[in-house]
Amino acid sequence: MTATQQAPMKALTLRLQDELFAVEAGSVREILDLVPITEVPNAPEFVGGLINVRGRVVPLADLRVMFGMDRPEPNQDTRIVVMEIDIDGEPTIAGILADKVHDVTDIEAASIEEAPKVGMRWRPEFIRGIGKRNGGFIIIPDLGRIFETQGARTASPAASEERSAS
Amino acid sequence: MSFPDPTETFRQEARELLEQLELGLLDLEQNPANDDLINSTFRALHTIKGSGAMFGFTAVATFVHEFETAFDQVRKGQTPATPALIAVALDAKDHIHKLIEQPDALPAGGDAILDALHAVIAGADHAAIAAAAPFPPAEPAAAAAPAAEGSRRWRVRFRLPGDSLVYGTNPLLLLEEIRAIGPCTVVALTDTIPPLDVIDPEVPYIGWQVDLVADDPREAIDDVFLFLRDGMELSVEPLAEDAAEPVIEPPVAAPEVAVASVAQEAAPAPAPARKSAKAAKAAKETDKDVPAVAAASSSMRVDAERLDELMDRVGELVIAQARLTQIAAMSSDGNLKTIAEELERLSSGLRDTTMGIRMVPIGTLFSRFRRLVHDLSRDLGKDIEFITSGEDTELDKTMIERLADPLVHLIRNSVDHGLEVAEKRVASGKAAKGTVRLSAVYAGAEVAISVSDDGAGLNAERIRAKAEEAGLLTADTKIADQDLWQMIFAPGFSTAKEVTSLSGRGVGMDVVKRTIDGLRGSIDVATMPGQGSTMTLRLPLTLAIIDGMLVRVGNGRYTIPLAAVEECVELPEGVEANARGRNFLDIRGSLVPFLRLREVFGTKAPIEPHQKVVIVSSGEGRVGLVVDQIIGNNQTVIKQLSKLHSSIKSFSGATILGDGTVALILDTTHLVAFGQSYVDQGRAA
Repeated sequence: MTATQQAPMKALTLRLQDELFAVEAGSVREILDLVPITEVPNAPEFVGGLINVRGRVVPLADLRVMFGMDRPEPNQDTRIVVMEIDIDGEPTIAGILADKVHDVTDIEAASIEEAPKVGMRWRPEFIRGIGKRNGGFIIIPDLGRIFETQGARTASPAASEERSAS
Repeated sequence: MSFPDPTETFRQEARELLEQLELGLLDLEQNPANDDLINSTFRALHTIKGSGAMFGFTAVATFVHEFETAFDQVRKGQTPATPALIAVALDAKDHIHKLIEQPDALPAGGDAILDALHAVIAGADHAAIAAAAPFPPAEPAAAAAPAAEGSRRWRVRFRLPGDSLVYGTNPLLLLEEIRAIGPCTVVALTDTIPPLDVIDPEVPYIGWQVDLVADDPREAIDDVFLFLRDGMELSVEPLAEDAAEPVIEPPVAAPEVAVASVAQEAAPAPAPARKSAKAAKAAKETDKDVPAVAAASSSMRVDAERLDELMDRVGELVIAQARLTQIAAMSSDGNLKTIAEELERLSSGLRDTTMGIRMVPIGTLFSRFRRLVHDLSRDLGKDIEFITSGEDTELDKTMIERLADPLVHLIRNSVDHGLEVAEKRVASGKAAKGTVRLSAVYAGAEVAISVSDDGAGLNAERIRAKAEEAGLLTADTKIADQDLWQMIFAPGFSTAKEVTSLSGRGVGMDVVKRTIDGLRGSIDVATMPGQGSTMTLRLPLTLAIIDGMLVRVGNGRYTIPLAAVEECVELPEGVEANARGRNFLDIRGSLVPFLRLREVFGTKAPIEPHQKVVIVSSGEGRVGLVVDQIIGNNQTVIKQLSKLHSSIKSFSGATILGDGTVALILDTTHLVAFGQSYVDQGRAA
């Protein structure tokens, strides 16, 4: 885990519903206002959309699905964070829907703790750590893990094959 | 960016040359007297030798040199290109291939092949002539032969064609090659260098005179100038033993050099270079006379990655152009409209050209199989006629590469299991010679590649027995023939007998099936007992850009590859009413099943009146896709879906529309399969 690293984590903070999340600023490509989203029929809800990012077709992920959150309609604060995420060792460009994007900040390595195994609403393997800032908590999601789980799920015949394709 | 390893470049080039060599040899088997074939084969050999030596593949160069020397007899017409000779030559080619691929392993067997080669040549009818006269009598130099035989000192004079420097000839390397023949003295002939004010830096004005000590260098000299000699002046004469001191001879001392005119100088020489009289004119025609050099300059290697990049750029251009066209259509500015149209024309031209670069005629792949059939024919003792057609059908390069192994397997199968032995064929009233056909044709949005034979056909009972044995079928299951044939592609179906006869290549029919599935293709099997069978691979034309038909289902817009679309009709109201019942349309007397895309996609928007049906053709037949609206045609740049969506097979990709939104591209073949299961489920429920 990165908790032992000395250098502070350069992070982009964003809000999903009531929770503050932080993602590695280095892997963020750009932040977009909401663009038209094309729905992919039969795709898992988590990656149910596609967007056009400068001529590239990029999958749009909604982390709120993975964290079991409510998903209200987008408003004027909604942004798309375009990131490069390693999925099974293959760098993949994907967009992440955020209810609001805050700022880029340093999170002290020392303040990052491992996610507690109990007492959490979410699956602990999706969380790389929890940082503290201004007295509040910041969740650092393990995006690689989240997307890989998703990949495994779509690839397994039992889960979605009969739904999605021949 | 990394520079390619020169050794790897040599290997690549050598592989191509070996392929060329193999084809030449196989053609030669058909037309043993064709000089062009013999020459092109010889050229391929010579180039492999030259570049092999250059890149340190000494073993290759040595072996090829021997091979070349032996083959030279054929070139000179002293030995006919008999099938036996071709067979040894093919073995030699394989050995060269091994030497190139594993230079460190030094594969054994080279000497045996050379011995066999020499034996074949020595055994040929013309052996006597070959032994008596190592040089063809037609050669003008032969006149001087009696005197020359004993001579150990030779004078070589040469001038390069005027454009040879432009084509990359390096005189220094040529001189090095001559020097390798034997001890020599080189003198430059500077007499034809013009005054400075008219000098053309690209023209080699200097000639060279080399006094050489060697047994008979004429052949070796010929080899040095193999690619040049049509346009050049070259003379090789024996020097009398009592001639001037061989050590150093000042250029002016040679009396004949004093003659000013190039043409005149060459003419009186006792052994004039070939075509030397025409030298001046020929220089201009060199590109025609030296096909090897010309071919090299008219094609170039490009990294496939760069082509992908180019394709991406063109794709973006096409998208930008579509947006411009949309804006221009709304504007009243005539100039803008003109430019938009102009740009549309240009970008579609650019699109076609770029796509053309990636497309390779499948003939390059087909030609490889001639050798396969040739060898199989020999090994199995079956006389086979191999017929190919549709060589100019073009497919994406990567697709062609991945098709090689499945096709090898299908052809082996046809030859090995399909064709009967000659006696059996004759007994059943067929020609003793079996036929295997390999063909490629465009079929809608697909390419159909079929391998067919006129053998015994698939044996339904045996396949059924094997399938039951493997537990794929129970004894009482009823199964349609077409489904039974598909059993041969089931994993574990292949029997031990098949594995051995396929010489351990390890590619079973299930692997063939998997490869074709991976290319989003399908395999059809057709067979007639006693008359043969046909395996047809249907593959999508995965082009990076296609023409598409844009349709709307609910709020979503989708693109259907236009090449798959046969027609569009309105969905009759009556059919709409009993939607749960039959899902067939009557299209001019034939029943066509149809799918409601809104059901397939789980679209929630309410059903609209006046639904349309787009009839598309897929592997098996036709199917109707019910949509809410047909929007129109558009140029579609295919963008691959990411890994996250790779499991959704209804779509072959996505594209970006003129307004910047993303539309999914329907994969008609898979959509039909999915729709079929969906319809079946509905029936079962």
